[in-house]
Amino acid sequence: MDALLSLSNLKKYYATQKAVDDISFDIKRGSIFGLLGPNGAGKTTLLRMITGIFYPDGGSIILDGQPFNPIEDIQKIGYMPEERGLYKKMKIGEQALYLAQLKGLSKAEATEKIKYWFKKFEMETWWNKKVEDLSKGMSQKLQFVITVLHEPKLIILDEPFSGLDPLNANLIKEEIYNLAKKGATIIFSTHRMEQVEEICDHIVLMNLGKKILDGSVTDIKQQFKENSFVIQTDQSVGIKENAIFNTMSHIENKIIVKINPGYQSNDVLKYLLQENINIVSYNELLPSLNDIFIHLVENTHATARAFQNVQN
Amino acid sequence: MNKIWLIIQREYSSRVKNKRFLILTFLMPLLIVGLIAASAYLSISGVEHRNIAVVDPNGFIKNSLKNTNQISFSFPNNIDTNNYTQKGYTDILILPSFEKNKKADYILRSKKSMGLMLQESISNKINSAIEDQMLQDAGIKQSILDSIHSASQFAELKAYEDKGKSSKESNAGLAMGIGYASGLLIYMTMFIYGAMVMRGVMEEKTNRIAEVIISSVKPFELMMGKIIGIGAVGLTQFLLWIVLIISLTSVAMGFLPSDIQHQVTTLQQSNGQMAGGMMQASESAVKIYNIQHTINTANWPLIIGCFIFYFIGGYLFYAALFAAVGSTVNEDPQDAQSLMFPITMPLIFSYIITNMVTQNPNTPIAFWASIIPFSSPMVMMARVAYGVPSAVSYWELALSMITLIAGFIFTTWLSGRIYRTGILLYGKKVTWKIMFKWAFKNS
Repeated sequence: MDALLSLSNLKKYYATQKAVDDISFDIKRGSIFGLLGPNGAGKTTLLRMITGIFYPDGGSIILDGQPFNPIEDIQKIGYMPEERGLYKKMKIGEQALYLAQLKGLSKAEATEKIKYWFKKFEMETWWNKKVEDLSKGMSQKLQFVITVLHEPKLIILDEPFSGLDPLNANLIKEEIYNLAKKGATIIFSTHRMEQVEEICDHIVLMNLGKKILDGSVTDIKQQFKENSFVIQTDQSVGIKENAIFNTMSHIENKIIVKINPGYQSNDVLKYLLQENINIVSYNELLPSLNDIFIHLVENTHATARAFQNVQN
Repeated sequence: MNKIWLIIQREYSSRVKNKRFLILTFLMPLLIVGLIAASAYLSISGVEHRNIAVVDPNGFIKNSLKNTNQISFSFPNNIDTNNYTQKGYTDILILPSFEKNKKADYILRSKKSMGLMLQESISNKINSAIEDQMLQDAGIKQSILDSIHSASQFAELKAYEDKGKSSKESNAGLAMGIGYASGLLIYMTMFIYGAMVMRGVMEEKTNRIAEVIISSVKPFELMMGKIIGIGAVGLTQFLLWIVLIISLTSVAMGFLPSDIQHQVTTLQQSNGQMAGGMMQASESAVKIYNIQHTINTANWPLIIGCFIFYFIGGYLFYAALFAAVGSTVNEDPQDAQSLMFPITMPLIFSYIITNMVTQNPNTPIAFWASIIPFSSPMVMMARVAYGVPSAVSYWELALSMITLIAGFIFTTWLSGRIYRTGILLYGKKVTWKIMFKWAFKNS
């Protein structure tokens, strides 16, 4: 597998907690990767290690085939933190220029790219405005532009859609797809599951500093499916108790059933046909990521985390 | 290195281009001059006139009490404490019957209370009147007394420093003035620019832009860029002030009548002596020459060189500490107040020592305070004004400079370690104990 980023046994311990506790995974080049987890799971700490802000206490990071070097590799990474900020009093154009130059672009290069992106996002008139004059959504767009300006190979977006209206959210979403198509790898950290389901190819779920789930969205859904099916009939019918399945819910023409162990989905169909019921549609019911997330994280006392002690 | 330069540029230009900087730079000297002028004016015009009625049973100092433009004494008859205001007097002074060599109470009653200065001046006047009266009683004539009084103006002390074979005119008053002014200036700039660094760091932290920048540069680079950039703003401001003062003085000199200007030049060429037979120098020309001459007795290159060194050194020493405090502050700016306390205390304390040292540059406390980097920028400037090597020996100056350099390297290192943890930490109240833990734990 051609991995752009591969983490092995990454650890970061604070005095009162294991923020990241032995995490390993790979991220494929050009993929959109979702890093999920409840608040305080250690996502931000993990991202800060990937961006070189924190040194790991243990483990290794391989970026683009080479051990991660925070000083050299800065230009390969674009990071948009969750709590984002800009200089309020600085002009927007100058601000973008300054941050792009800090990433290592020359002034001419940076100016050209800023102009390209500002045009693309219809922000040309903003150049001489100050950030304090922008709305939250507008500064979010600006922040996104600043993150991707230097064409990083790895783009890390922490909750990129919070505060955006659907129109602007779509604009950013389209851009994320575009960037991935052009070969950039995107790490997408959020706890908004419907966005992950829509955008991400591959996800990792973290809780209490540990990885508890790793795989493609479809695989994970398969893994957590409960052999449930949705049956639509042409009219409301009665279904008797039987050995093949249990009726989970029955609302008018829509029946949700759970197949008992030892039976296949075709056994349900056979039974229904025997009963002379007219079937309009028959689909497998896959769990949503939201259900899986809640199922896995519930009852782990994630909220009591701050009081856990580290023994080492 | 390239990135630190970018940060310095931004910190510098965003402040220098700011309107507030320009206003402060050009209004501050005017404001200071205005304040001095205003207080001088007030001290002249604000003086009240006192018309004092004197009840003198002996009639004995009537001739010796002298009127001034503030106080006039009269000796009316039929006056007492009940009617003096009706008769147009502000105060009444009641003298006891006089006995030789005995202290007595002289009573002054007023409707409006009298300031301490005025009271003292009246008391002095009475005492010298008594003295004069006693001398006259002993048979000394008034004319002799007057000539003795004027003798107190005869001696004018001119001090010289011995430097090997040659000696140089020294001026303690000027040294004190320079020492005090440069100490005060360094004290103020430590506060102003230190607080500016702290606010800048706080702004970056609370705006959360620190995290964006730190994913591009190292925290230490960000901190140093800010400290150096703001320091450069300070130096620019000084430079502009110096240029402003020099040009204002030369403009002011240009307004002098041409004959006075000519006389001043002649005095300069002839080292203060007017060639006999030629025109007599006017009083104002002599005054201007004397001011210029006094100012020229100071070793300006040394003082300016030391000032720049101690300004930069002291600034780096304190600015790093202010940056560390700024990095630990959360949303609430009031947290900064309590954390700043351990930094502002030594600053204020050094300022107090500086005030002492300007009068007495060679006490042990002056020596130690000029070596310890917490206070050396201010205290050493106050001492250097008295001359090197006459007041401060070369090794003392060198030692002070070396400890200051070592000091700011240490505070920068310490603050760098506090800063890199503090700048990304939110929602936790930080104490000095925690900051020391960050600074000295190994990681």
